Amino acid sequence: MKMSGANIMLECLRREGVRHIFGYPGGAVLPIYDALYGYTDIEHVLVRHEQGASHMADGYARATGQVGVCLATSGPGATNLVTGIATAYMDSIPIVAITGQVRTSVIGKDAFQEADITGITMPVTKHNFLVKRPEDLPRVIAEAFYIARSGRPGPVLVDIPLDVSLTKIEWDPETYTTQVNIPSYKPTTRGHEMQIRKAAQLIAEAKRPVLYVGGGAISSGAAKEVTELAERTNILVTTTLLGKGAIDETHRLSMGMLGMHGTAYANHAVNNCDLLIAVGARFDDRVTGKVDKFATGAKIIHIDIDPAEIGKVKVPDVPIVGDVKTVLTELLKHVQPRPWTEWNDQIMEWRARFPLIYPRDGKLYAEYVIEQIGEVTNWEAIMTTDVGQHQMWAAQYYKCRRPRQWVTSGGLGTMGFGLPAAIGVQKAFPDATVVCLSGDGSFQMCVQELMTATVYGLPVITAIINNRSLGMVRQWQEMFYEERYSHVDLQASPDYVKLAEAYGGVGMRVQKPEDLRAALEEAVKIRNRPVVLDCVIPTEENVYPMIPSGQSIDEMKIRENLEELKATVHADSETWSFSDEEKVLEQYVEAVRAAEARKEKE
Amino acid sequence: MATAISNTIMAQMQQQHVITVLVENHPGVLARVAGLFARRGYNIESLTVSVTDDPQVSRMTIVVGEDHRVLEQVIKQLHKLIEVIRVADYAEFPAIERELALIKVNADPRHRREIMEIAEVFRGRIVDMSDKTFVVEVTGGTEKIDKIYELLSAYGIREMVRTGVIAMARGTKTA
Repeated sequence: MKMSGANIMLECLRREGVRHIFGYPGGAVLPIYDALYGYTDIEHVLVRHEQGASHMADGYARATGQVGVCLATSGPGATNLVTGIATAYMDSIPIVAITGQVRTSVIGKDAFQEADITGITMPVTKHNFLVKRPEDLPRVIAEAFYIARSGRPGPVLVDIPLDVSLTKIEWDPETYTTQVNIPSYKPTTRGHEMQIRKAAQLIAEAKRPVLYVGGGAISSGAAKEVTELAERTNILVTTTLLGKGAIDETHRLSMGMLGMHGTAYANHAVNNCDLLIAVGARFDDRVTGKVDKFATGAKIIHIDIDPAEIGKVKVPDVPIVGDVKTVLTELLKHVQPRPWTEWNDQIMEWRARFPLIYPRDGKLYAEYVIEQIGEVTNWEAIMTTDVGQHQMWAAQYYKCRRPRQWVTSGGLGTMGFGLPAAIGVQKAFPDATVVCLSGDGSFQMCVQELMTATVYGLPVITAIINNRSLGMVRQWQEMFYEERYSHVDLQASPDYVKLAEAYGGVGMRVQKPEDLRAALEEAVKIRNRPVVLDCVIPTEENVYPMIPSGQSIDEMKIRENLEELKATVHADSETWSFSDEEKVLEQYVEAVRAAEARKEKE
Repeated sequence: MATAISNTIMAQMQQQHVITVLVENHPGVLARVAGLFARRGYNIESLTVSVTDDPQVSRMTIVVGEDHRVLEQVIKQLHKLIEVIRVADYAEFPAIERELALIKVNADPRHRREIMEIAEVFRGRIVDMSDKTFVVEVTGGTEKIDKIYELLSAYGIREMVRTGVIAMARGTKTA
C-alpha cells in the first residue's frame, strides 16, 4: 500500500508499542502532525516547550521501563530537546527523540530552521540517525528502539527531513519487525561463569562486605535479586541516587544513599568494608569523592552491562560484564547464607550515632515536608525531583519502597526536570499519586508545563521547597567561598499560589509544620488538575551530611548540633508521627540482642 | 637540535599504540570516532581512513598517544559506538606498520649527490625535481621516516607530508 514517510513512521511507532508522544509541531514536522490528525492509536501530548517534551518522555521511561518518545520540529525545536536528551544519556534512560529536518535538497545550505541536530547530539545520544530515504524508515525506527532499550539503555535521535516524511512509497506494514540484527552491536548480557564463581567465593570469604547498588539494577529490573542477595547474605545495601528503590529503603538491610550527601553510616560502611560489590553502578565522582581514598581496603566486584565502566574509575578484582538481573540470578545459585555479623552491628552502631535528623523547633523544614508526603501517600507516591538541596533532602528522607518510584536527574543534574518528568509519569500511570519535589529555583525553569498538566487534567502535585534562594549554590558559597553569596538570592519570585491558579491549577501555601498535613491531604484528593504547594522554609538550611567535592569521608561535615538534636527530637517524638531515628535505634537494639544471643549459644 | 627532536619522538613512542578500527562505511562515522577522542580527551597521533576489501566496511588506523590504562578505555569506548565492528590493538600480536612520506628538500646542485645517496640508503625515491628542490618519497616504519627527516633537515626541508601509520597483522591473522 502507498504510504507517506510520516504515516510509515507512525505505523512503526505503534508497532513498537508506543502509546504516547510528547511533542510540539513546526514546519519540518507538518507531515507528521498531519498524519497524527485523527490518529487514535497514539495519544499526542502537546507541551509548552520542547525541553518539557524531552523530560516527559524521560519521566515516562523511568517510571515504566518502556521507551519514551518525544517529537519536535527542526532547528530550534530540535535544539530545545538537547538538554532532555543529555539528561537521559547521563542516566542511561531509553528515549527516542524524533526531529524534523529541512528538505534533503537544502541540508547544509543554512536553510530556514536548519540545525545539524545529529551533529549536535552526537556526544549525548547512544546513537542517532539522519534518514535520507523513506524506504529506510522502518529499519531505522526498529533499530532506534532496539538500541535505546537494549544493552546499557540510552537516548536515540531520529532526524527526518521534510521530503522524507512527505514522499509516498509502497510499503506493507505487516513486514515490520521489532527484531533487528545489527552485526556491530551485540551487548553482552550473560556474565562469565568463572567470574561469577569467583565473586561468590569473595562473598563467602569477606568479613566486611557492602553492596553498592546503582541505576543499572533499576533499569535491568533486578530489585528482587538485589533484595534476595542482601537477605541471604545479611549484607547491607547502599544505593546511589539512581539506585534508590532497588531495595525497600525501610528494609533493615538498607543504608540509604551513599556519597556526597549520603548517610554517614553508608559512607562509613563503604570506607571500612573489605569487599565492595558494585552492582550496576559507575563510581561517579559524587559517590567516590577522592578516588584514591574511596574504599581503599576493599576488594571490588563490579557487575555492569557496559564493559567501558569496568576499570574506568576503579580497577575491580572481579569484573563481570552482563545484565545485572541475569548475573545476580546466576550468582545467587552459588552464594551461601551468611549470618548477621559484628560488622553489621558496627554499621548499626554508626547508624545510631549519625542518624539522619533535623530540627523540630516549630519551623517548617524540607525534611519534614518530604516525610509528610511519604506519610500521607503511604510512601506509595512516585516522586520526581528537580536539582539542588531539595533533591538531596528527598534522596535522604523519601524512603522508596520499590523500584521506579523515584525519578530524578542524577548525572546531568538538570534543573527544570521535575515538573515535566512528573507529567510524563502521570501520563503513564493516571491513577498514581505523582509528586514533584522542586525548589523555587528549579521550578521556574520549566514552569510553563503547568499548563500542559491543566489541559490534560493531570493531578501532579508540585511541592516547592521555597527558601528564596538558590540553596545548593548558596550552601557551597557559605562553606567554600567565605559566605560571599554571589547571585543566589532570588530577591523576588512570583506568588506561587496565584501562579498555579493562573495556570488553571490549585495553589496552596504552607508556612508552619502544623498546617502541612491538612494541605497535603487536600492536595492528594484533587484528581483533575495540578496542585502547587508553596512550602516556605528557612533560607539558611544546609544539607547534611556532606563530603566536600573531591574529598574523602575524613572531611565529612555533619550537623554541629547533632547530639543536641538527637536528645531533643527524642524528647519530642510523640508529637511527630514519623521518627526515622527511633526506628533505627529499635533495629540496633534488636541487632545487639541477636548478637548477644548468638554469643551465648557459642 | 635534531637529536633533541629525536629524543622527544622516542619518549612519545613509549606511549604510542597502533589500533585498527573496522567501521560500517556510513557517512558521519569519522565524526563519531574523532568526536569520541575529542570529548574524552584522548590524544590521536595520527589517523588514516580507507575502504577495505569489503566496500561496506572502512578501516581506521589510529595511533593513540596514551598509556595502557587509557588505551583500554579508548578501545572500550570505541566498541560502544554502534557502527564500530571491531577494534584490534597491534600491541597484542606481531604486525607490519608502515607510513609513507613526501619530503620537499632544498637541493642545491652541490648537495644533490648526497641527497640521492641518503634517499637510496632509505630505499626512498626522488619523485620530483626542480632547479632548487627534490621531492623524496619514502615508505617505512615511523622511526625510519623520522630518521630520514632528521638527515634531510641538514639541507633545509621546505615541506613534508606523512600519511600516518597503517598496519596489518603478520601471518594468517586478520584484524
